Amino acid sequence: MSKQDMRTPLAKILHLGSAKSGTEDHVIQRATALAIAPLSVFAIVSVVALIGADYETARAYVGHPLISILLIALISAFVLHMRIGVKITIEDYVHSEGLKHYSLLANSFFSYGIGLACIYAALKIGFGS
Amino acid sequence: MAAPRQVERPLSPHLQIYRFTITMAMSIIHRITGVGLYGGTALLAWWLIALATGPDAYAMFMSVAGSWIGKLVLFGFTWALVNHLLSGLRYFWWDAVLAFEKKTADLISWSAAIGGVLLTVAIWAAAICLRGAL
Repeated sequence: MSKQDMRTPLAKILHLGSAKSGTEDHVIQRATALAIAPLSVFAIVSVVALIGADYETARAYVGHPLISILLIALISAFVLHMRIGVKITIEDYVHSEGLKHYSLLANSFFSYGIGLACIYAALKIGFGS
Repeated sequence: MAAPRQVERPLSPHLQIYRFTITMAMSIIHRITGVGLYGGTALLAWWLIALATGPDAYAMFMSVAGSWIGKLVLFGFTWALVNHLLSGLRYFWWDAVLAFEKKTADLISWSAAIGGVLLTVAIWAAAICLRGAL
């Protein structure tokens, strides 16, 4: 054994103790939060500016390359952030193993599905088809 | 891999045993607003898909968003976003092992709570001023 293992043999075969992973979610959560903070200020300003705008104006605004890029960046960070946030919530409150796994799966489908829909729509608006 | 054997373990005291503190309240609100925003992204998707689809789909979205219930939901969404954002900033201090003193932790939590409400009202006031009546 290269590393000192303080667990008893019984604890080890019961799979108790460190899984040697699990900090990725925390790091991604903070990194995406750092991206979302300024981008959501941009989003709020954009939405306020677009209130009452007609279809052509709104489409031209969202279709501007800079706006599209910022919007897709925001959505991407949003998707990663919200998936982990709800994943942690499910892991905290859903204790039945089967329900937990299907809930986590549904969470991933919803999060990535929303991301896919938003990015496709933003690209379609941006490319003007 | 076999599932770990379920062992009855003692549980730590939970929510109902503690007295109210603002850090605790903001922690709970942070989670609730997070889940709310999660559902709210469906509205963002609807708005973008409507904008990509055409004028009719967009008009349909705008009529729902412009109704009183739509405005109520959007107002709630604004507050949830601003509150979650300000409340989330606290975690950057705490990750850096700063602001753990009781008074400082309370201060930044109250600031996030009050700032969230004030900013939400300010955003809607700006929206109303810019566009006349909503």
